[in-house]
Amino acid sequence: MALDRWIALIFIVFCCSYGYLAFFTMDQDVPPFMQSNPVWPSTFPKVLAVLGIVVGLVVLLGLEKPDAQEEPAAPEIDYRRLHHYKLGQALAMLGLMMAYALLLRPAGFLIATTLFLVAGSTVLGERKFHVMIPVSLIAAGFVWYLVQQVLGIFLRPFPFFLGH
Amino acid sequence: MLEGIMIGLEAAFSIQNLLLVVAGCLIGTFIGMLPGLGPMSIIAIMIPVAITLGDPAAALILLAGVYYGAIFGGSTSSILLNAPGIAGTVATSFDGYPMARKGQAGKALTIAAVSSFSGGMIGVILLMIFAPALSSVALLFHSAEYFALMVVGLSAIAAFAGTGQVFKALLMTLLGLILATVGEGALFNMPRFTLGVMDLQSGISFITLAMAMFALPEALFLVLNPARGSSDDGGSNKITGLRFSRAEGRAMLPVIGRQSIQGFFIGVLPGAGATLASFLGYAVERNVAKGDDQAEFGHGSVKGLAAPETANNAACTGSFVPLLTLGIPGSGTTAILLGALIALNVTPGPRLMTDTPEIFWAVIISMFIGNVVLLILNLPLIPYIAKILSIPRNYLIPFILFFTLMGAYIGQNNATELLMLVGLGVMAMIFRFADYPLAPLLIGFILGRMLEDNFARSMQLYRGPEFILERPMTLGLMVLALILVLLPSYRARRARKRAEGVADGD
Repeated sequence: MALDRWIALIFIVFCCSYGYLAFFTMDQDVPPFMQSNPVWPSTFPKVLAVLGIVVGLVVLLGLEKPDAQEEPAAPEIDYRRLHHYKLGQALAMLGLMMAYALLLRPAGFLIATTLFLVAGSTVLGERKFHVMIPVSLIAAGFVWYLVQQVLGIFLRPFPFFLGH
Repeated sequence: MLEGIMIGLEAAFSIQNLLLVVAGCLIGTFIGMLPGLGPMSIIAIMIPVAITLGDPAAALILLAGVYYGAIFGGSTSSILLNAPGIAGTVATSFDGYPMARKGQAGKALTIAAVSSFSGGMIGVILLMIFAPALSSVALLFHSAEYFALMVVGLSAIAAFAGTGQVFKALLMTLLGLILATVGEGALFNMPRFTLGVMDLQSGISFITLAMAMFALPEALFLVLNPARGSSDDGGSNKITGLRFSRAEGRAMLPVIGRQSIQGFFIGVLPGAGATLASFLGYAVERNVAKGDDQAEFGHGSVKGLAAPETANNAACTGSFVPLLTLGIPGSGTTAILLGALIALNVTPGPRLMTDTPEIFWAVIISMFIGNVVLLILNLPLIPYIAKILSIPRNYLIPFILFFTLMGAYIGQNNATELLMLVGLGVMAMIFRFADYPLAPLLIGFILGRMLEDNFARSMQLYRGPEFILERPMTLGLMVLALILVLLPSYRARRARKRAEGVADGD
């Protein structure tokens, strides 16, 4: 089974559980004064769940056939040959983004950002640390200034133990 | 209308707004040139900035400038590198790149700029004529019609997704609608589908979703496949001689005239947009051209370059018509703009023009200014801006990812949002691997709340779903939506049957 049909299958399962929540768990919480209303909080989700299952089935069963004459366009990235691409680098970048999310508060914006930018370009194969580190530091400082001073959104610049 | 234009002139010509147009165009061109970053990602990244401006007119002016700039930047990289930054400028590379290979990169850029300018200008004039007319009609609509109209819009977006893709697009739309029901809605005052997670209480942030759907996968695709977005032979980066001859100008004129009108109306249709307009414009002009003119298409034809460039800019302007008059976005980009407006407490729709005419007209006037800025400011700067194309990707990609993270963080001031961004981004990558279109998801997400509001209001008014049958216009629109969804399958089936019939007849 091709990936797109797997996704359709997962979507159907998702719609079933969404529908279960809508049909069987939400209506108990409806306050008495709303019960005479024709619309409940669960009405629209119920419609969506049913439509979702129908559309998901159409995709899963391949009821909509592509044009016979038309060759399917080559996808940008062929997922069956994912290991031929730089998968390791992409996963490392994702990992770095998660690390950034977790580090941002405790380490402070300046350190987290500089580390992220330097580590990111290192992952991609850059080795000129004498360029990268200053560039990253300047960029982090500049963006911090822009966000905090110009846009007025609070960003803690330094690690938690240095106060703000 | 004159009164409106005066209000708009007053608002748009404030120092702040003029600076915003210029800045928007420059930033848009700058980032739009980078391979793989389309206008949707750029606008998503710029939204937190626009929202903190606080003034809806200023925000929309900035974002519209970015949008125009991004398209212009996209055509620049199409011409110079044969690496279209966005789908809307793919047709530009058909003739723009061969022209650049012949050493006429400067001329190609000028032709592109002049056609974009004309397409944009004529588009804005058409917008000024059609938007007020359409919104006076739209004022007659009730919530039932709005509900039906949104259903039509969402179906049309799916129907334009291409053969074999309609139901995949519908699936994505439904997923968007489902995601929009998460959180505490204004309508019922009770949290739904939060699964007890506090961070979901206020729903999923649309900026995070937009970043995750567009900017993040684009950047990661660049990591996965370094060859993507770079040309085979480096292209010709020498930009000399920005002028084109008088004869070439005369050849372009009818093309620009036809394509700006055709492009505009294609842009008005939901789901069609700049990509379709540019391809169709190119095809039409190739068919119209005769003899040598036609043979030149694909080998650096002036007409072949002017057609898609005019059409895609006119279509971008056209796509503002449904957004400004009905509050229904027809494309991913206008959906993001709609999201930004909602975040600023402005609901676009027919009332926009009567309640807050200064926003409407300021946007229109700033479109004029934006077009002028692109022509007289950006064009001479292009040789310098094009230097960005030589920034090594090792630096570029971490920065793109960083700006994606920043955008999501600034919007919510919450580090969990960043984890959500990564999660949704991975999901978006998988969808793209399987060739599911992502724009319908975002459009569904942004329209979800409004769709449910109008649905609930009509249900309450009619004490049940009878409103669909009792209001003729609503019924008509719902039938139209059904036809839009089923027509592509029906036609494909008929074509297949006919093909089989022919085979039997032999």
